[in-house]
Amino acid sequence: MSESGNVVEIAGVTKTFPQGNVTALENIDLTLRPGEFVSLIGPSGCGKSTLLRVIGDLIEPTRGTVTINGKTARQARADRDYGIVFQDAVLFEWRNVAKNIAVPLELLGWDRAKRKERVRQMLELVELSGFADHHPWQLSGGMQQRVAIARALAFEPALLLMDEPFGALDEMTRERLNLELLSIWAKLGSTVVFVTHSISEAVFLSTRVVVMSPRPGRIAGIVDVDLPAQRSVETREDPRYFELVTEVRELLRSRGEHLLPEEEAALRSSHE
Amino acid sequence: MSSAAAATLPTRRTFTAPLAAGTKRAAAVVCVLAALVGLYELYHWVWVSTGWTHPFVVDDTTMPHIWVILHALWQPAQVNQPALGTILFHKSLFTAKEAAVGFGLGAVIGFAIGVVLVHSRLLTRGFLPYIVASQTIPILAIAPMVVIWVNPKLPAGVQGWGSVAVIAAYLTFFPVAINTLRGLQSADPRALELMRTYAASRWTVLWKLRVPTSLPYVFAALKIAATASVVGAIIGELPSGLQDGLGGAILNFNQYYSIEPQELWATNIVAALLGIIFFVGVVAAEKAIVRRAPETVE
Repeated sequence: MSESGNVVEIAGVTKTFPQGNVTALENIDLTLRPGEFVSLIGPSGCGKSTLLRVIGDLIEPTRGTVTINGKTARQARADRDYGIVFQDAVLFEWRNVAKNIAVPLELLGWDRAKRKERVRQMLELVELSGFADHHPWQLSGGMQQRVAIARALAFEPALLLMDEPFGALDEMTRERLNLELLSIWAKLGSTVVFVTHSISEAVFLSTRVVVMSPRPGRIAGIVDVDLPAQRSVETREDPRYFELVTEVRELLRSRGEHLLPEEEAALRSSHE
Repeated sequence: MSSAAAATLPTRRTFTAPLAAGTKRAAAVVCVLAALVGLYELYHWVWVSTGWTHPFVVDDTTMPHIWVILHALWQPAQVNQPALGTILFHKSLFTAKEAAVGFGLGAVIGFAIGVVLVHSRLLTRGFLPYIVASQTIPILAIAPMVVIWVNPKLPAGVQGWGSVAVIAAYLTFFPVAINTLRGLQSADPRALELMRTYAASRWTVLWKLRVPTSLPYVFAALKIAATASVVGAIIGELPSGLQDGLGGAILNFNQYYSIEPQELWATNIVAALLGIIFFVGVVAAEKAIVRRAPETVE
């Protein structure tokens, strides 16, 4: 933890890609306190995934700094300070579920007994206890993504990065996994950065929603989600929930002149 | 359905299904073999009875009967010698030894080349043309040089057959190197990114991700290499002047073809069987090692 106590500090981050002279991110400032659940939302091309990768030191910013737990992003990655979940589970098909979850533990040099015990706990956490010996191709998309979450959290990182983790799942599975993710987050208290293009998902899950606008990628506004900490199915029927959804949508629309017509259509349909 | 029947049903399935599949496969092999023998004899009969001479004259020299070929295996090729089958069995053990060592050597070298090249685009660009060029030179042109260069350096027990193993390795390493490189390169970019988030070393990425991903490619190459190593060993024996293997036998029976064609045919069948045994060995190893999604789910 840094002296300021912040988990993530992003200061003046700009990222330009030399190919095609694209500015993916421009002058981003953002700070995450411990235990926060922050969503990054915006139309495609707004740089939300790029920002996530800059935090994870998978992409180097052109200007600006990223500090994680008081360290450089590079040092934080070397220290395995974060776990990551992608849109696809990216499981190793030659390993069964238990051994997939154990991958980061093996890299950390944990012994077999310690790995086994932690894998058991993680399987319990994501409610897949009966599936330790299954291979990835025997699982549904939602179950695979739960394995990916278990793998990301197995070594108890302070920070969890999620890049549209439920984007490839059907609506019903997505809503169930939203609830499961919240209960896991409540148990572990880790800080989460969650990239999504679903307004309802962002509002439902987050303590703060960072709305981004494209070309160049900027923060259009930040919405504090003042819903009760304990979210449930009823939260989605709370009038305050609708107000917040509207607020996020207005923010996205205020930058509408930057959107392509099909992006605007996608934005509308993602809410409906 | 009663609970007892429900309980026995899955058990019966798991035991009979693989057995039935095995029987089916064996039946298919026998049927195809019988059909091929039938076609061979039918061709022989039609061409002999009609007197057709295109594309070549058919008689008992150009196409000896299958039973004559098989019978030859039980007959001594020369007076006061054991049966041809016994001799060929010992000769094929000798060739198998050369081929197996050559296969192992070539597989290890080929795999190592793939591992080195996947880590450097520069090395790949620089070396790949020469690796390809190595295979455009006929093995018969390389073999005498290998025998002259390698043989004197070998310890006494390995001299002779050792240089033939090197020739077999020369044929083996190429498909393994090319496919290993391709397999190691085929690792999912997202999985590589995941390994980066763990700050995994090159070595860890290689063993935990690239090598497991490459195995299906490597085994495809090993199947080609298995048969190539047998061919390499047989051809390698020719310029080495070795008489202990199948290559020596083939060279010898070539000279007597017009009198006793069945002996060369019998030798060819034994050589083919040896290649098949090598191939089946690789398939068995693949089944034991590679875990992957079944392509069809029954």
